[in-house]
Amino acid sequence: MKHLLSIDELGLDGLNALLNLTDHMVEINQRPVPKVPALRGRTVASLFFEDSTRTRLSFETAAKRLSADTMTFNVSTSSVNKGESLRDTVATITDMGVDVFVVRHKSVGIPWQISEWTKASIINAGDGAHQHPTQALVDCYTIREATHAKSFSGMRMVIVGDIKHSRVARSNIQAFSMLGAAVTLVAPPTLLPPDVSHWPVAVSHDLDEVLPQTDVLYMLRLQSERMSQGHVPTLREYSEQYGLTQKRVMNLQAQAIVMHPGPMNRGVEMQIDPSDVKNSLIHRQVANGVAVRMAVLFELLGSGSNLAGQA
Amino acid sequence: MTKTIVIKGGTIVNRASEQALDLKIENGLVAQVGKNLKGDVQLDASGCIVASGFVDLHAHLREPGQEEAETIETGSRAGALGGYTALVAMPNTDPPQDSVAVIDFVREQGKRAGLVDVVPSGCITLGRQGESLAPMAELSAAGVSLFTDDGSGVQDASLMRRALEYAKGLGVTLAQHCEVAELTKGAVMNECQCCTNLGLPGWPAIAEELMVFRDIELVRITGAAMHFLHLSTKRSVELVRAAKRDGLPVTAEVTPHHLSLTEELLASFDPVFKVNPPLRSMHDIAALKAGLIDGTIDAIATDHAPHPRRDKEMSLDMAPPGMLGLETALGVVLAEGACEVRDVVALMSWNPAKIARIDDRHGLDLVAGAVANICVFDPEIKWTIDPERMVSKSINTPYVGRNLQGRVRHTIFNGATTVVDGQAQR
Repeated sequence: MKHLLSIDELGLDGLNALLNLTDHMVEINQRPVPKVPALRGRTVASLFFEDSTRTRLSFETAAKRLSADTMTFNVSTSSVNKGESLRDTVATITDMGVDVFVVRHKSVGIPWQISEWTKASIINAGDGAHQHPTQALVDCYTIREATHAKSFSGMRMVIVGDIKHSRVARSNIQAFSMLGAAVTLVAPPTLLPPDVSHWPVAVSHDLDEVLPQTDVLYMLRLQSERMSQGHVPTLREYSEQYGLTQKRVMNLQAQAIVMHPGPMNRGVEMQIDPSDVKNSLIHRQVANGVAVRMAVLFELLGSGSNLAGQA
Repeated sequence: MTKTIVIKGGTIVNRASEQALDLKIENGLVAQVGKNLKGDVQLDASGCIVASGFVDLHAHLREPGQEEAETIETGSRAGALGGYTALVAMPNTDPPQDSVAVIDFVREQGKRAGLVDVVPSGCITLGRQGESLAPMAELSAAGVSLFTDDGSGVQDASLMRRALEYAKGLGVTLAQHCEVAELTKGAVMNECQCCTNLGLPGWPAIAEELMVFRDIELVRITGAAMHFLHLSTKRSVELVRAAKRDGLPVTAEVTPHHLSLTEELLASFDPVFKVNPPLRSMHDIAALKAGLIDGTIDAIATDHAPHPRRDKEMSLDMAPPGMLGLETALGVVLAEGACEVRDVVALMSWNPAKIARIDDRHGLDLVAGAVANICVFDPEIKWTIDPERMVSKSINTPYVGRNLQGRVRHTIFNGATTVVDGQAQR
């Protein structure tokens, strides 16, 4: 595997291989010294043009646990502010000797464009509203860990919120369906993309109707600017119709799982503390982030090395 | 004595005839049409169509202001290679073509290059800001007969009504870039299933169609002549067809790229495919082709829009829209098989010459006495482009690797060769 750009391009076999590999990484992370020499001498460059807490930190932690060197590109202090083009920036960093770029950008398609400009591997850590494949891997792994199911066949996944602007939704719809789940999208029509008739999903505008038939409830973040853009009249109205309240939690089946990719908008889509939800996996999603990203880095850079030994 | 040129062995396509005859050019005019003509210079045209030179209603020549992308000279040369003898220069220059000084400058630069007639269009509104009318009477007196704010549409319906009323008094034509801006904020590609997958903001067909509809109704009450630029949707074609049925003085154009390329190409994330209006569906292409055949669409125009390489290396949302067109228009149109060869001559020469009101010297039947603006092309030859060999200053062509059919062999502008055997002469 040369790049990780989208779930679609990864495919079912690639997805399963990475989830299986993650099991090994979880084991490494449980050791007293959670570090192996597998990627010694390799360099991972983080190229984040957009704010990120968990994705950037988990990639950097993952790289360090595999003994790779890391390079962090900080847009606010870089030559981008002197007008350097993205292509020149990528070429410059490539010249320093980089094996993989972890790229996040507000614009759709940037990881694909960069892959044309460098010999290094590219990991898409989020491009606009398009794809966020490592988040989908984290979510699938987390569900697998909680349910002990390798196939999601028969599972009913419900994704709630701003599907239109969500890269997490696009990656997860692909991943969940690939693994056999039935996916339902719940959102006001203004927060759905223009035409989802070709997606393998059902669509509902009534969360309360869907809740009792839900195995995994996946809440998406609603950004406050959606109100000024006219997608929803008020955050309060959105929250009443689509937010997770204590009452709605009560309507879930006992074993139903609740997830959120973070960062949460408390008081908007999450009107309760996740710790109040019995089967919330939100903290497991963060915890698994490092192991999943170790698996991705190892898959891209670790051919010929193994996971044995200590750093 | 100037040298005489004879075009030998081709088929001369005129409105009422198609004849295998030679054509002799002398002193800038067609001197004679007949058999076995001799001249100082002989141009072989065997297997070729000999027709009036092409007229592009829609070329962004970028000068003044964006000479990094194109100059009037390089754009003229690209035009000549594409078989053009006249280019209507779009007004979104910097400064824009809203004053006599800029209009005169563009025309003079065209004359200096001397490769095609550069016909400047004028802005409808000052600075293309959509707020107040440009001095249309002054510009008209300076020779402008086509006015447009191309790059954007005139959003204010009241201002557009006034512009049409004013234009009617001057006897000039307004050309509209149909796009309701509120519906296309941040838009990158056609609103469709593909844009749903890619998470890109969509440019819905209705943003074009609403303005086509509005302007047809404004033409109905004002009686002024109106030309619709680069139509891209099925419903737009239907609206214009109905307007023509009602006898309204409207004309319309379509670009080669809207006849040949579809929205799915954006999934490559290559900004070379970003254009405004965006590439649409196969469905729309079929409707546009039907419009060409039944006469709803009068002209094929390039919307030649050069951009420097660095601008097309930005992300899809940041990169400017537009693609090259002058050197590939004929090859794309014939490869699409959208219409017969003589229809191509009508759509690329006769009709646009009339819309641009330059039919005293372009789009003429090739008979003795006509100004010698001529294009000689082989309608059958298959070819692919080499972007490095293109003469435009920019390289943002979407046709790399695609099979084209039909290529310009010779171009004659005002009786002088600008292209011989596919090579620019100057």
